[in-house]
Amino acid sequence: MALLDVASLEAFYGPTQVLHGLSFSMQEGSITALLGANGAGKTTTLRALCGMVATRGEMRFAGERIDGRATEDVVRRGIAHVPDGRGTFLDLTTEDNLRLGAYSRKGARRKAETAADIERMYGYFPRLRERHRQQAGTLSGGEQQMLAVARALMLRPRLMLLDEPSFGLAPLVVQHIFDIMRTINQQERVSILLVEQNAAMALELADHAYLIETGRIVLSGSSREIRDNDAVRRSYLGY
Amino acid sequence: MNPENRIDSRKLAGIGLLLAFACVLPFHISNYSVFQCTMVLVYAIALLGLNMLTGFNGQISLGHGAFYAIGAYCAAVLMDHYGMPYWATLPVAGAVCLVAGFLFGLPALRLEGLYLALATYALGVCMPQLLKYKGFESWTGGVQGISIIKPDAPFGLPLNPDRWLYFFTLAVALLMFVLGWNLLRGRIGRAMIAIRDQPIAAEAMGVNNAFYKSLTFGVSAMYTGIAGALGAIAVQFVAPDSFSIFLSISLLVGMVVGGLASISGAVFGAIFVQFVPNIASRMSTAAPWAIYGVFLIVFMYVMPGGIAGFIRILAAQATRRFRAVRSRRSA
Amino acid sequence: MSIDDLLAQILSGLATGSIYASVALALVMIYQATHLVNFAQGELAMFSTYLAWSMIDAGMPYWGAFFATVGISFVAGMLIERVIVRPVENSPVLAVVIVFIGLLVILNSLAGWIFTYTIKTFPSPFPSEPVLGQHYVSAHQLGSTAITLAVLLLLYVFFRFSPLGLAMRAAAQNPASSRLVGIRVGWMLALGWGLAAAVGSIAGMMIAPVVFLDPNMMSGILLYAFAAALVGGIDSPGGAVFGGFLVGVLENLVGAAIGSELKLTVALVLIVGVLVVRPSGLFGKVHVTRV
Repeated sequence: MALLDVASLEAFYGPTQVLHGLSFSMQEGSITALLGANGAGKTTTLRALCGMVATRGEMRFAGERIDGRATEDVVRRGIAHVPDGRGTFLDLTTEDNLRLGAYSRKGARRKAETAADIERMYGYFPRLRERHRQQAGTLSGGEQQMLAVARALMLRPRLMLLDEPSFGLAPLVVQHIFDIMRTINQQERVSILLVEQNAAMALELADHAYLIETGRIVLSGSSREIRDNDAVRRSYLGY
Repeated sequence: MNPENRIDSRKLAGIGLLLAFACVLPFHISNYSVFQCTMVLVYAIALLGLNMLTGFNGQISLGHGAFYAIGAYCAAVLMDHYGMPYWATLPVAGAVCLVAGFLFGLPALRLEGLYLALATYALGVCMPQLLKYKGFESWTGGVQGISIIKPDAPFGLPLNPDRWLYFFTLAVALLMFVLGWNLLRGRIGRAMIAIRDQPIAAEAMGVNNAFYKSLTFGVSAMYTGIAGALGAIAVQFVAPDSFSIFLSISLLVGMVVGGLASISGAVFGAIFVQFVPNIASRMSTAAPWAIYGVFLIVFMYVMPGGIAGFIRILAAQATRRFRAVRSRRSA
Repeated sequence: MSIDDLLAQILSGLATGSIYASVALALVMIYQATHLVNFAQGELAMFSTYLAWSMIDAGMPYWGAFFATVGISFVAGMLIERVIVRPVENSPVLAVVIVFIGLLVILNSLAGWIFTYTIKTFPSPFPSEPVLGQHYVSAHQLGSTAITLAVLLLLYVFFRFSPLGLAMRAAAQNPASSRLVGIRVGWMLALGWGLAAAVGSIAGMMIAPVVFLDPNMMSGILLYAFAAALVGGIDSPGGAVFGGFLVGVLENLVGAAIGSELKLTVALVLIVGVLVVRPSGLFGKVHVTRV
């Protein structure tokens, strides 16, 4: 059974239809990239998965329908979304941001587990430990991106949705984040659905990819196949 | 919700019919009922004023009762202390309130929605206390207020004071409504509506927001002030506690029920505000306000366009059905 | 005015100020979460106080009625948010203001209908004799200040140190991101209203022995609370508390200077003044609107 199964997804912003019958699936443990130009509908797809836009069509996560559900409910089922713009709680401290990632945990040991997880995040992103008492709004762009990823990881998700993590960041920072993503995917079996305009970096990380144009999937395959595709190479990879 | 730019013949006929009815009515009802109808006209003028500011221009006022009070006291003081004839107090009350509204509108320029509501609410709450202030007592009559005498019909016309005042008020109301309609459908009205809906775009297109907003405040206060003066003459009495925050809230209710940004709504709202408390208070003293509150909330959920908006929707549906039938017949 | 009088005015100003601080804090709590000013906050507090009065009148001991009222007010506040406010959550400001005014009016008239407009006395749990051998403040003023300060402290600890408090702060600041970590934002709003109503009920029960209980008891106090919240900064809880005490003292000092008849007008001047000169208040954030 696929971890994520999307069938004929349509999405609307008010009266405007942005996705026109998207269908794709993801296996557990995979890293999948959604590629495409600006305005193709990549971000909308992630938002649709989280119940943030009006949709038609079926979406299944681990076999259960998630279309029509409120964002909070989808999230509690094991999907963590790192939105474009990062969605940091700017007026709260770095550590409070991380703590909020663990908000929906249950169980008697959750305080200890949360503390342990926060330590793990500082292990992945040492810069966050340095700034743990600072107001998150004062962090640099790269640090805020790391914080957003760490906060999502605090949810202990089965699936992570990443929206343009490289946006506005220096290449080294992006590389660091992508390395962490690879580590989490391999060591903790977190599946990743990645939306990226930087097609080259995305294809390096991902094992599968879909190309979206004006709200439709026009190409799908393994990342090698996509990389070798002439049209993709010319339009999105620049060579 | 723009006022129509031209008035078609059907509407004109309708208004004419209404006017004819209004002229005939006072001769067939008791004096007290005539007084009540006069008050409906008074409230209609006040509501048109409030609607200009809040409905058409988007500036929330929870304190318009204050301008009503200023107009009322102007009339009372001028008539009682200076013996001014009643009809002359109207322009004075209007002018005073125009200036007062404009002056209040100036600091209000920097206040958006909620904050303006707060500030005007404060104004409305303070009014009775200001009116009772001992320092002004020689003018305002303090807690006891001022009594005035209803004028007789001029030129020996065969009308009792109640009926005369009714016709006088009707004439003033007609004038104010025609002027208001003209204002709202013209360039100034369009500027007001533009400021309400897209203030930044309006400014970018050359509309001087500050000027129009203050002007609207002033004109709106003027209308309500004139209504206050007329009301004072009709009631023959002004006292601080009649002008509490609840007067402002009554005006708000009238505007909401009648219909925001609607000229005809002012009349519907006025009828509501004048007669519903009367009927409701037969049930219990608290009922009128409870009903007001329920109407306020329910109208926001269900009929945000008020009665006028509802009628407009009905009329549009009827026109559609009429056109559909006509086209089916001719097909 | 002698030093003695000045001290008395300041101290009793602080006592009333603690009431303004509580109501102002309730206003700010709701504002932070919703960017709305709850015009019905005063009437909610007044109605809660009437509930307490009827319990005491029926024979319940004071503290039993006190805590029962706080609990009932909490639940009522949550219900009001879910049932009455939620449908207009995303409506334009005017619609929400109208709904709040409607709520104000309903509560006011309900109180008048159920409890009549006759002024009632409300008991104070504190002794009537002067305490600590001083004559500046009564036992009630001291006691009510202590209680409101305790409540404020409890709230501070709750918001600052508890996970739920953190979630509520997050939901107020950034509802979208809060949903992404699984916070049920709607319930956080309801909780905020519940807390605000509870705090308001305590303020009402503390002020009622002084100003006597009648349906219009809170309208002047609400005005002062507005002024306090604005002076302190409408989105700063600490500012609201500071503003409350400041306004309380100012009210007394100005009242002593120009007489007590224009006290409400002082509130009006404060409100308009702050909004025009420095809308973000002393401690609030300055908001830059991007065009």
